[in-house]
Amino acid sequence: MTPGSWLWLARHEFRLGWCDVVHMLTAGRRKRLRTAVIVLAAVVVAMHLIARGMIGRYAALLGAVDKATLVAATGALLLWASLLLSQAMESVTRVFYARSDLDLLLTSPVSPRRLFSVRIIQIAASVTAMAVLLSSPFINMLAYEGGARWLMAYGAVAALGMAATAVAVALTALLFRALGAKRTRLIAQIVAAVIGAGFVIGLQVAAILSYGSLSRFAPLQSAWLVAHAPPLTSTIYWPARAALGDAGALLAVIAAAVALLAATVAAFAGRFGGYALAAAGVSQAAVRQSGRAMCRGGSAQAMLRRKEWVLLRRDPWLMSQTLMQILYLLPPALLLWRDFSADVDGFVVIVPVLVMAAGQLGGGLAWLSISGEDAPDLVATAPLGARQVLRAKVEAVMGAVALVFAPFVAASALASLYAAAVAALGIAVSAGAATMVQLSFRTQAKRNQFRRRQTSSRLATFAEAFSSIAWAAAAGMAVAKTPVAVLPAMVAVAILLGVRALRPAARVTPAPQAATLVPAV
Amino acid sequence: MTTQSQPALALRGLRKSFDRPAVDGLDLTVRAGEFYALLGPNGAGKTTTLRMVAGLLAPDTGSIAICGIDALADPAAAKRVTAWLSDEPMTYDKLTPSEYLAFVAGLWGVPLMTAQQRARELLGWLGLTPHANERCEGFSRGMRQKVGLAGALIHDPKLIVLDEPLTGLDAGSARIVKDVLRRRVAGGGTVVMTTHILEVAERMADRIGVIAHGRLVAEGTLDELRARTGDAASTLEDTFLALVGEPTA
Repeated sequence: MTPGSWLWLARHEFRLGWCDVVHMLTAGRRKRLRTAVIVLAAVVVAMHLIARGMIGRYAALLGAVDKATLVAATGALLLWASLLLSQAMESVTRVFYARSDLDLLLTSPVSPRRLFSVRIIQIAASVTAMAVLLSSPFINMLAYEGGARWLMAYGAVAALGMAATAVAVALTALLFRALGAKRTRLIAQIVAAVIGAGFVIGLQVAAILSYGSLSRFAPLQSAWLVAHAPPLTSTIYWPARAALGDAGALLAVIAAAVALLAATVAAFAGRFGGYALAAAGVSQAAVRQSGRAMCRGGSAQAMLRRKEWVLLRRDPWLMSQTLMQILYLLPPALLLWRDFSADVDGFVVIVPVLVMAAGQLGGGLAWLSISGEDAPDLVATAPLGARQVLRAKVEAVMGAVALVFAPFVAASALASLYAAAVAALGIAVSAGAATMVQLSFRTQAKRNQFRRRQTSSRLATFAEAFSSIAWAAAAGMAVAKTPVAVLPAMVAVAILLGVRALRPAARVTPAPQAATLVPAV
Repeated sequence: MTTQSQPALALRGLRKSFDRPAVDGLDLTVRAGEFYALLGPNGAGKTTTLRMVAGLLAPDTGSIAICGIDALADPAAAKRVTAWLSDEPMTYDKLTPSEYLAFVAGLWGVPLMTAQQRARELLGWLGLTPHANERCEGFSRGMRQKVGLAGALIHDPKLIVLDEPLTGLDAGSARIVKDVLRRRVAGGGTVVMTTHILEVAERMADRIGVIAHGRLVAEGTLDELRARTGDAASTLEDTFLALVGEPTA
């Protein structure tokens, strides 16, 4: 293989991609690979069982060509495509801004067109692989229940992955041209997040307004939509037909996706070298602050809290990443507004969503505040006790969570004081529990590594998620005044006790750098 | 609480091991008002020593006294009179130098008016006044390091501990940092600094300590160190290499 050739570069890219996958599974500890594979296998089995329960009943739809089925299937594929597009946009943006080896490669005599052709194809491959992997439990269970022809859906999903990458490349390039290198980074990431969440949320909003339900599939199954959808002969249904086992449609869809990707590579790969250089040359123009946010005096703890809030407020990318979870609160907020005068039943749905979101938001903020401290030595050398530092940081997190959720709790209180009280308690406990998880698994990182926080400790990620889910379940049941609410609460407490027992500080002597972050309480 | 006769820093039997001993029974005394340079080859234990002094690492055994305060028994009191600056600037991208200094002053409990006055002076000395209200995210490494130094001085520390503070600085920035440190020592402050730039130690330090394998192998003025190697005309580089047992040219 000639160094610098197309294939040589492709091998380099895929080797790096594979290393990333292994790192994601093992958090950088290769000894964990076997454990990771076992856990992954268990998750795959569990996902297959869940998938069977969710969509096993649709297995008989294989080959169906009625309009209602095609409309619903097209909508479901659009949902999936929006998530893939979001992922692809993230990856494309990262190619330019997370420089890694880009400076090395761009200073080499390798053609930038060739280099970026390979990078785009590598993104397409990883997005497609992710799409295939995540949809495999559903497709496998459909094939198990309804016949092997369902396996053709893999082809439709792969075509979606390629098409999503092509659209993402074109969209990012357009953003570069329209907004310039400096603004594209933030805007592209926000657009990616909004695309990922927007379609799901939009369907939920439509479902609430039309049917009073949180189900995003309700609008896709409506008679009105079916009546106003394009006729059966429309090419818009080809992806759905392909997923439902139509071999001709599948071939056409794959061919169209490959052609679209090839055209995108041909059109944009040559320009990407210029974009990458523009991204590298983005000057950090001075941003002047007229306000003197930190210059109000106060205790050391007050300064720490204020610093956390100022840093968060001044970082739109970080704020968008953190608050993106709040987008998911829009549907329950809408349901709250719509069922304003309704009885407690609506709160059984709304309160758990609030509690769950509070846990996720609290976890994210806690990571930023505790692990994402950009000047850990400065804080550690200040004449403050470790408890004082931690307390100030936890207060900063809880204050921000309170600010976000107070309007929801206040609105709930107008309809049901009891539900509002349960929601407030659940939000505080869920956010506090997520903060405790982050405290137990604190590391030393930079704030801009926020997106990688979930890969740094798999245990913390799962513990945070399951704790939030358990508190959400407990809150929902408490709103319904079911004594069984004690059970998920006990599960949540057990998770936290497990976290305490398994936290790294309890198992190993900290490394010299890690020990400096915030002295253990 | 502290007197001028007390050493600014006294280390006794200091030990710290990771996979192997990094600091191995170190005894060191730095007098008040002294500029002390700690030299040693890579991995000699310089940074580990200074991180223990700054309260960033707990020693396995031994004692640390800062201006007479037992830093292990009362770390908060010891930190109140100490400043730490490493080669990695400790700043926040989204804060301006003015805000950063206000934050650091708040952590050390400096009254607001005093902090504002000192911040103005420090920003002036360090040539940062025109950038006082610009976010640090656009600053060069040298500017960030100067902001960090201003932060280290805002609470008027008695002991300043610096770990390679001149790494990556251009000649102009390095000169400004050195001038500020000289001014601190002239004003009665104490500076303990590690550096790989031997010329800095040669020109600035009152005394030089040479550390190898976690132990102090030599200490004294430059002349005293030269006398130990038996070559009064040698450069500090030759003297240093001779003391740590490295071959000279």
